[in-house]
Amino acid sequence: MQMHDLEKIFADKIATEIKIEPRDWMPDAYRKTLVRQISQHAHSEVVGMLPEGNWITRAPSLKRKAILLAKIQDEAGHGLYLYSAAETLGVSREETINELHNGKAKYSSIFNYPTLTWADIGAIGWLVDGAAIMNQVMLCRTSYGPYARAMVRICKEESFHQRQGFDILYTLSKGSDDQKTMCQDAINRWWWPSLMMFGPKDADSPHTDQSMKWKIKRMTNDELRQRFVDMIAEQVKVLGMVLPDPKLTWNDERKHYDFGEIDWAEFWQVVKGYGPCNKQRIATRKNAWDNGAWVREAALAHAQKRKSRTDTHPSQNAAAA
Amino acid sequence: MFSNIFYGKNYYGDFGESGATDTDQAGKENKPGNDWPLWEVFIRSKQGLDHKHAGSLHAADAQMAIENARDVYTRRNEGISIWVVESRHIHASNPDEAGSLFDPANDKVYRHPTFYDLPDAVKHM
Repeated sequence: MQMHDLEKIFADKIATEIKIEPRDWMPDAYRKTLVRQISQHAHSEVVGMLPEGNWITRAPSLKRKAILLAKIQDEAGHGLYLYSAAETLGVSREETINELHNGKAKYSSIFNYPTLTWADIGAIGWLVDGAAIMNQVMLCRTSYGPYARAMVRICKEESFHQRQGFDILYTLSKGSDDQKTMCQDAINRWWWPSLMMFGPKDADSPHTDQSMKWKIKRMTNDELRQRFVDMIAEQVKVLGMVLPDPKLTWNDERKHYDFGEIDWAEFWQVVKGYGPCNKQRIATRKNAWDNGAWVREAALAHAQKRKSRTDTHPSQNAAAA
Repeated sequence: MFSNIFYGKNYYGDFGESGATDTDQAGKENKPGNDWPLWEVFIRSKQGLDHKHAGSLHAADAQMAIENARDVYTRRNEGISIWVVESRHIHASNPDEAGSLFDPANDKVYRHPTFYDLPDAVKHM
């Protein structure tokens, strides 16, 4: 088969909404884009555990602690689904993780902000997970099969995350004056970084155009961001709180909320590694990886030793039934 | 064969025969090479249903693969039984040959019950 035949088969599949599967031929650039995006997504899930982990020991009740633990465990699971999806494209797990540690791979900048109060855990669930869900619901229809399947699984689990966040803030919003202040303060600090999660404006987003053509993405950064603003601007009323944007107003002509300009200088600064917690996050991940090295090696050695024993004395291996 | 050039790089469960031979040394080939083996996970969601492919994960041995599969794929009662198999043991058909492989089924419409026009008098057939 000639190269242009393969390209045509691939293009026809994309055009007719047939998913691309791991062994199908795909352009190298498509593969590279997916590896970059999926591994970045996986890293975000894993690094995303750190700001929340900060509050496990300080959750205000046993119920809240159990919920937070379950949520963080979900994030670890989501990281694993995504690393597995990336591996179907021919990159090893270790390679992928090394690229996070040496700074070659990025993760969502939002996780470079600190969690200062318990209300931040609520704001993360409501705003950060809310923004992530917007993106992930779209990705359930992405053109690469394993990525789409991972996203479906993730979306099913993620909706509890947003609700538990809102529930934390709702409880605080009904509480004492101090608790109300804490609630508003968390919203103030997390609102703009949450909007930044959708990435640069379409005009400044180098990958969007091609990703839309390949149907990796189905909506642009700005479209998703607008949808998020419209949703949150309504929900914040239920909390009796406000969003820290004086320009936020309903535009009856557009049938959307207008909103102010994101501080793009801050956005790029955090992306480039100079956010409040960038160094700390990577150091924590590397530390966990390095300190776990002996466990990974020992488990492998143990498995090999046991295998060599059963090879010489074949035992009754339970047949799959 | 031309297709080998393209499939050789994938170390996922979905191997063709050529891929499987390539990757018998996949553990070492998969640079930098210290990953635990890759396993495919199959979950039976409830008694009476088939096991269905759920995803994959790394584990040092089968027991660890099952324990990890429980934590990764059944946190919300999604399963009552788990199968794991090392990915390198899976053999798969080649997607490029799907046309000729599945072609014999295409022109045999008489295998479907709707092919037959029955008199209205015949009930429940």
